Amino acid sequence: MADFEPKIVAFLCNWCAYAGADLAGVSRLQYPSNIRPIRVMCSGRVDPLFIVKAFKEGCDGVLVAG
Amino acid sequence: MDKCIACGLCAEKCPKKVTNAFDAGLAKRKAIYVEYEQAVPLKYAIDENCIYFKNGKCKACEKFCPTGAINFEDQPKELTINAGAVLIAPGCAVYDPGLYDTYGYKKSPDIVTSLEFERILAATGPFGGHLVRPSDHKKPKKVAWIQCVGSRDMHPGSQPYCSGVCCTYAIKEAIIAKEHEKGELDTAIFYIDIRTHGKDFERYYNRAQAVGVRFLKSKISSILPSETGNLRIDYTDKAGLRVEEEFDMVVLSVGFTASHKALDLAQKLGVETDQYQHALTSSFNPVRTTKPGIFVCGTFESPKDIPQSVIESSASAAEIEALLAESRESMTLTKETPEEIDVKGDPPRIGVFVCNCGTNIGGFLDVPDVVKFAKTLPSVVFVEDNLFSCSQDTQEQITQVIKEQNLNRVVVAACTPRTHEPLFQETVTNAGINKYLFEMANIRNQCSWVHSNDSAAATEKAKDLVRMSVARAGLLEPLYDPEMEVNQSALVIGGGLAGITTANNLAQQGYVTHLIEKSDVLGGQALNLYETWQGEDVQKKLAGLIKAAEADKNINILTNTQIKEVSGFVGNFQTTVETAGTEQVIEHGVAIIATGAQEFKPDQYLYGEDQRVLTGLELDRKLIDDNLALNEIRTAVFIQCVGSRIEERPYCSKVCCTHSVKNALKLKQLKPEMDVFVIYRDMRTYGLREDLYREARAKGVAFIHYDFDKELVVSKNQNDLNVRCTSYVLQREVEINPDLLVLATPIVPPRENPVASLFKVPLNDDGFFVEAHVKLQPIDFATKGVFVCGLAHSPKPVDEAIAQGLGAASRAATILAKDTVQISSLVSQVDVEKCIGCGLCDEICAFNAIILEDPEGKGYKAKNIPASCKGCGLCAASCPQQAIDMLHFRDQQIIESVCAAM
Repeated sequence: MADFEPKIVAFLCNWCAYAGADLAGVSRLQYPSNIRPIRVMCSGRVDPLFIVKAFKEGCDGVLVAG
Repeated sequence: MDKCIACGLCAEKCPKKVTNAFDAGLAKRKAIYVEYEQAVPLKYAIDENCIYFKNGKCKACEKFCPTGAINFEDQPKELTINAGAVLIAPGCAVYDPGLYDTYGYKKSPDIVTSLEFERILAATGPFGGHLVRPSDHKKPKKVAWIQCVGSRDMHPGSQPYCSGVCCTYAIKEAIIAKEHEKGELDTAIFYIDIRTHGKDFERYYNRAQAVGVRFLKSKISSILPSETGNLRIDYTDKAGLRVEEEFDMVVLSVGFTASHKALDLAQKLGVETDQYQHALTSSFNPVRTTKPGIFVCGTFESPKDIPQSVIESSASAAEIEALLAESRESMTLTKETPEEIDVKGDPPRIGVFVCNCGTNIGGFLDVPDVVKFAKTLPSVVFVEDNLFSCSQDTQEQITQVIKEQNLNRVVVAACTPRTHEPLFQETVTNAGINKYLFEMANIRNQCSWVHSNDSAAATEKAKDLVRMSVARAGLLEPLYDPEMEVNQSALVIGGGLAGITTANNLAQQGYVTHLIEKSDVLGGQALNLYETWQGEDVQKKLAGLIKAAEADKNINILTNTQIKEVSGFVGNFQTTVETAGTEQVIEHGVAIIATGAQEFKPDQYLYGEDQRVLTGLELDRKLIDDNLALNEIRTAVFIQCVGSRIEERPYCSKVCCTHSVKNALKLKQLKPEMDVFVIYRDMRTYGLREDLYREARAKGVAFIHYDFDKELVVSKNQNDLNVRCTSYVLQREVEINPDLLVLATPIVPPRENPVASLFKVPLNDDGFFVEAHVKLQPIDFATKGVFVCGLAHSPKPVDEAIAQGLGAASRAATILAKDTVQISSLVSQVDVEKCIGCGLCDEICAFNAIILEDPEGKGYKAKNIPASCKGCGLCAASCPQQAIDMLHFRDQQIIESVCAAM
């Protein structure tokens, strides 16, 4: 498990979390490269089925931020 | 400036470090800089510390700038702008506690100003958001806030007025600091009066007390570094005793002060200022300066907080819109776009453009590898990399490639869609491609910049991001932003001061306005007011406003009128109203809710039992009618917060302190030998109103700060009224026998407000309407086309009600000014075949954008209202039948991205 690198799908709200992730870039804050962001217009858009689908496809974690 | 792509290379290479003023001097930045990360436009600028400007040598930034954006030969230019009106918003300055070093600010680095503390708390601040003290970077265990630093102070350099914002911000800082340290931090706020008079601020104050923020009413004697390396505060507590306490850190809650730049501007423009160098205005024209055609908003007018500044900015816009109504749209240009190519049914031909962003992407990850990878993806027929995808020449080149390669989908892998999607959408539109067939992969802000230490990982992630975007792009559909006609008229509900103001302004702008009032006269609560705090005659001014409304042919006044039914949405409302038994339907494009509130009638302190006991407005009535039996009054007592700031009604009504002080002064003026007492909890004469409080004390009005935890009793002893309470200062019970007892009672909204449910807009726990955003959208609702102003929003004085009334007119005009309203395509779509009419979507939609209908009597079906929809997709995610999908963010489009991420 030492070299385990999880793949994490992140559903980010366009108006806050996605904007926050953009600002982290402007500030050059460094963080692990494991997340794959998906922009949605609101975290309310995230259907539980999307999360199930992500796990089914083999992702190790799902982040919903908004 | 057009060439700067904000890559930051210039700042990285610049050898000159200077103190960062944005970080309140706590950190360094370079001589070439952006002021802060969220700056708009995000462009670097060079300040006067530049080595080249001083020595004529260096130009490192110019050498390294990848886009040639630096021009040392640039000179200041003088521009002439022809304008019909001018709005000034130059703001104010902040008090410098080092000027006269009363507070030891310069004696210890651990005595900081509140603005410095804000930066310490900020994640982008000098300590990365860790709460540490500047001297030794250790976590403080005890932090003190000192209120009224530079405010409510007659000493040289300070301002006599109250800055109005510091109490609430200090509470906010204390709560955040406590949350940051998970409660293991002792916080104490040293104050004179806690002035949390804004909407919902009192609740915030109560919350601070509940989480253990200590509030100490006190007078500070000194703040000195102690032998232990801490800071010792000597103060006099509310009982008059000398106390000493040590803290690790002291925050000075600095107030506003005059800005010399603002004053210079005012003088150049010929705008008169008051004794504190604020632009002179009046309660009934709160954003007009003394010079016609020049308007003012924000703290240059007087000290104020964010919501009020935003309200005033809208109010100024309304004044200007009315002034320039004739020339509206006379200079508007329309853009021409080429005809769109129909790609429906064509198999996707995707073009991918990978941006290097100079070295911002190309410097940290392997762009050629990403390009090579993109070529292997399904449906991708063209891939290239650009040095700068957003540059003018590349844009033209992309347009060309789309045409040559017959591309019908375009993916740009570059920065963030939040800033660049509109630009690239325009590029594809120029090639005849629908803008919704464009997609971005964010490989800069969310990849190269944040994984700059690991090129291999960043490259892999960039490939995944491109694959995800390409997968989604293949499923994108052309969409057309629909336009709907706007009924260019307004409905104003409530004929009080705010409603009349809105109606008058909209009518002056040229819009037909229906002004409906429940009672038989216009005027609302203002009919009961004697004078504003600035001494203006309310009845005279109100009569003028009503007369103007009655004379305006654009205004249709309906008194004795109530709303029965509302249907429709932004641009097209139909409202059924009833006037004296007759119903009619009013069609309108926007609605402004100005339904007001009223004075609370108490059931204590002998109110209603003894005619010497009045409410604040009842005293005003006597002053208006000039029938106060002055010869019978030797002693008058005002009691504050009667029915306010209690568990049942935990809000502050904002106006009552000033109202009582104003009337106390009036009584003193009418009969100087009268003994006048004001019994209070916190004296909240905020902003410039502090002058009245000072004047009242100078003229002999006695203020009794009473212990709220001990009973205040009003009784009748034979025929004498008797008021008993416990004074903090005297530490004993005081007893007064007044001939006039005035109870300052709260402003209460109606118990039932059908307007809220008719327009489906929310009320808060106190019964006031809830705006879309407390700070930034204080007039709007989340529901489009409906606005709020006046007491319906929250308790407020005349000038603020008028400003909000004007502001509502301006917000409404943003819709009324156009014949059509363009609706976003990113809305919900209902599949009526799948819909089972459960109504969950209707219930959860915060914007009234989805409703249940039973058009054929065959059971309910959901129907979306695109004009009201904000595209959040909550309905789609919640629908148990998956009968709802979101255009451009369809289930399948999102799922395709999810699959491609793996």
